[in-house]
Amino acid sequence: MVDSLATPKGQAGPAPSTNRIGLTLADYKGSPSTLCDGCGHDAITSQIIKAFYELGVDPYRVAKLSGIGCSSKTPAYFLNRAHGFNAVHGRMPSIATGVSAANKELLQIGISGDGDTASIGIGQFCHVVRRNVPLLYLVENNGVYGLTKGQFSATADIGSRLKSGVVNDLPAIDLCGLAIELGCSFVARSFAGDPKQLVSLLKAAISHNGTAVLDIISPCVTFNNHEGSTKSYKHAKETDIPLHEIGYIPFYEQITVDYQAGEVEEVTMHDGSHVLLKKLGNDYDPTDRVGALNTIRKAYEQQQFLTGLIYIDESKPNFNELMHLVDEPLASLKEDRLRPPKQVLDEIMKSLM
Amino acid sequence: MKTLAAESSQKQESDRIINDFSIQVATINGSGSQSSNNVLMRSIFQMGVPVSGKNLFPSNIAGLPTWFTIRASKEGYVARRRDSEILVAMNPQTAYEDVRSLKPGTVCISPVELKLDTIRQDVVHYQVPFTDLAAKATDQIKLRKLLTNMIYVGVVAQLLRIEEAEIDKAIRKQFEGKQKVIDLNLNAAAIGRNWARENLQKRDPYFIERLDKTKGKIIIDGNAAAAIGAMFAGASVVTWYPITPSSSLCETLIDYLKEYRVDKETGKATFAVIQAEDELAAIGMALGAGWAGARSMTSTSGPGISLMAEFAGYGYFTEIPTVIFDIQRVGPSTGMPTRTAQGDIIFAHLLSHGDTKHIVLFPATVEECYEMAMAAFDLAERFQTPVFVLSDLDLGMNNWMSDPFKYPLKPFDRGKVLTAEDLQKLGMFERYKDVDGDGICYRTLPGTKHPLAAYFTRGSGHNERSGYTERPEDYVHLMDRLNRKFNTARKHVPEPIVETAPNASIGIIACGSSHFAVQEGRDQLKAEAQLPVSYCRVRALPFTEHLRHFVEAHDHVYVVDQNRDGQLRDLIRLELPEHTMKIRSVRHYDGLPIDARFISEAILEQER
Repeated sequence: MVDSLATPKGQAGPAPSTNRIGLTLADYKGSPSTLCDGCGHDAITSQIIKAFYELGVDPYRVAKLSGIGCSSKTPAYFLNRAHGFNAVHGRMPSIATGVSAANKELLQIGISGDGDTASIGIGQFCHVVRRNVPLLYLVENNGVYGLTKGQFSATADIGSRLKSGVVNDLPAIDLCGLAIELGCSFVARSFAGDPKQLVSLLKAAISHNGTAVLDIISPCVTFNNHEGSTKSYKHAKETDIPLHEIGYIPFYEQITVDYQAGEVEEVTMHDGSHVLLKKLGNDYDPTDRVGALNTIRKAYEQQQFLTGLIYIDESKPNFNELMHLVDEPLASLKEDRLRPPKQVLDEIMKSLM
Repeated sequence: MKTLAAESSQKQESDRIINDFSIQVATINGSGSQSSNNVLMRSIFQMGVPVSGKNLFPSNIAGLPTWFTIRASKEGYVARRRDSEILVAMNPQTAYEDVRSLKPGTVCISPVELKLDTIRQDVVHYQVPFTDLAAKATDQIKLRKLLTNMIYVGVVAQLLRIEEAEIDKAIRKQFEGKQKVIDLNLNAAAIGRNWARENLQKRDPYFIERLDKTKGKIIIDGNAAAAIGAMFAGASVVTWYPITPSSSLCETLIDYLKEYRVDKETGKATFAVIQAEDELAAIGMALGAGWAGARSMTSTSGPGISLMAEFAGYGYFTEIPTVIFDIQRVGPSTGMPTRTAQGDIIFAHLLSHGDTKHIVLFPATVEECYEMAMAAFDLAERFQTPVFVLSDLDLGMNNWMSDPFKYPLKPFDRGKVLTAEDLQKLGMFERYKDVDGDGICYRTLPGTKHPLAAYFTRGSGHNERSGYTERPEDYVHLMDRLNRKFNTARKHVPEPIVETAPNASIGIIACGSSHFAVQEGRDQLKAEAQLPVSYCRVRALPFTEHLRHFVEAHDHVYVVDQNRDGQLRDLIRLELPEHTMKIRSVRHYDGLPIDARFISEAILEQER
């Protein structure tokens, strides 16, 4: 239920068979994956299941959305008890915006890919981030179009090679940098091959109030895992530089971990959970927007794969808060709240006479 | 000028033309003339004379020509007329052209310095020193242009004998709450009126005289009417992207929602309005909200409909309710954004790739804009599908007289939605199973607290349990059921309004804003050619059985379209292939609202 730094002292033994709301891990699973064996996306799916299970989120509260592509198939592979919405290509963010306005109590997770987000859907990506719609926006980023058999996407690094030998001569769009620029209040980057970091980031993102962008390098074993690819398992492992070691403590647990003053930065999330960032030599401050942009830019130029919580701002109001909606979900309002009385029509008609 | 003046001043009382003529005001857009024209129109309305106003404006903010036509009609005709009897030629850019196109005998009111009397001697000129009068109205040079507009109102009012009190009342209403503006305009109108009284001798036959035909009526444009309908329909998520001529629908709706759907105590809203980044997102948001159980809508025009095509097909195939208003303008492409057409009928009906058929409603009056807005939300939730409401620029943006709208008696129809309690009782749930045999399945909303509630919505092939499928039989099963649902809708959409004329062997079929021109055209045919014509006004797609009955009851029918290709005609031919030869066409597509004379002449020509 807790991981890395946050492991309470003296607790060990087998994982409990049910979580705090009495559900088993199986209750969070989906249909069997139809993706290629070894696909990074399946590794991410496992951590999504784990994160929701360990946090004890009731699946009926979740809406899982996606666009089109290999990544966008994955909502079928987790949380079968949550409503799912496989939208059209690149348009998941607009669906999420509408769903959220209609029912702000839903916890939304949107799965997208690099083609779905950085090309056809970049407009909607930008605007959902700009609005800060409550949404865990997860990009399963492999640098290629898998379903159409391996064309470059817009996140492919300049100079990277396709299996066929074709070299990408266009610069990559950095989704984390773009998200920060657009005012995103939670930006993280991770790797499908680092489950420990990933699950903590997922939990933190689930606790976040607003749009949380997670750019997860998720190697495509069929079309982009070869020598010359910068999105392969090997390349990611070799160049991965974590910004910090991440721990997550949910709101319903005490922080019992010991650490030296100054070696861990603690971020309190909107729901009262805590993210603990243990410094790893470099003095990185994820609340400094300009610093975050600089760090990403430098890493890109040095061809480093920086992972971790890159930027966070828990003070930013989400889109629904800006719209001053009534407390209950709009979707549950009945006629008595939605249709003004006859006097109102009479008043309007009188003003038009 | 002088000769004509001498002649017309001899007009006998019997030559008077009372409450039956059109006034065209030519101005420059952005000059503030809209307010003055509204005052003029409203003052005639307050005199009890049926009136309609049509604004012919450019796609531009300031500096281009614009024409506003006010039609007074004691008979209550409100369609556009081709000619006007009175021209107020305030725009030097177009004045010569405007005056050249006048019928002989037309009244022309113009600034004296334009010397329009030199180009036409066969019209009745009233030349007014507007510049001098405006200088009297204000010291502020900036305001002179604006107040000149109210000065011509005063001149016109004096010439037509519109009562001063009614002009003043209309000014007060127009500028409600802005006392300084009201005072300035009252003064400007008085300056125009007084000057005309002292300096112009009436040399034309046109008069407004008090009638009692507007008592209890309202004046409103179709977009505002649809907005009121949407509010009373309980629209809770409204998404839009600005586009002419649709923008004022959502803008008016926002005003009303802020007034009447915000909790007075908490200041919290029972609605969300989202200005989207484009129409792709606008319909995406509307579908997301409809899926999650809100009453959602978006409003747009042709180019927006084009962008919405993909999601419209998604909504049809995955069965998600939402309402899409299409305030049609002239296409294709950018077309003429400020001109009217009914050019989206087929496109909206079939919007998307693959086999798709949408429910479409055709309001013809402002009252129907209001009523069909409400009907659309019920139909969308009942049939779990996007419903299109096809209005147009003429109906949506022009002012129309109407009876006050009636408060809805019918409660909302939220359609087949299963709650957690329902699921508990049923013990099972299949999203796309046709349990009732009407093609309409049951749905659950996300957030329903029950292990059986969840299902997976996908635009790809899906079976009854909403699972992915590429099986041929599953696909056929689904498409046939969607067809069955569409056929069920035939019994639920608004029926046509049929007026059978005694002894009529021919009929007119029309939809939407062609209505008023059709009615007047029928009267012309009857009065001038002794040709009785029945009328079937189609109000929705899919068609209902009434259409077939109507066609079968007549030797042949004329389908009136405001588009080049006869889109409504084509759909009727597809619906009634055995009657193809009986179905004739009247098509008007120059961007202006269709007029009655066009219809009656087109029919007479084909009847010869």
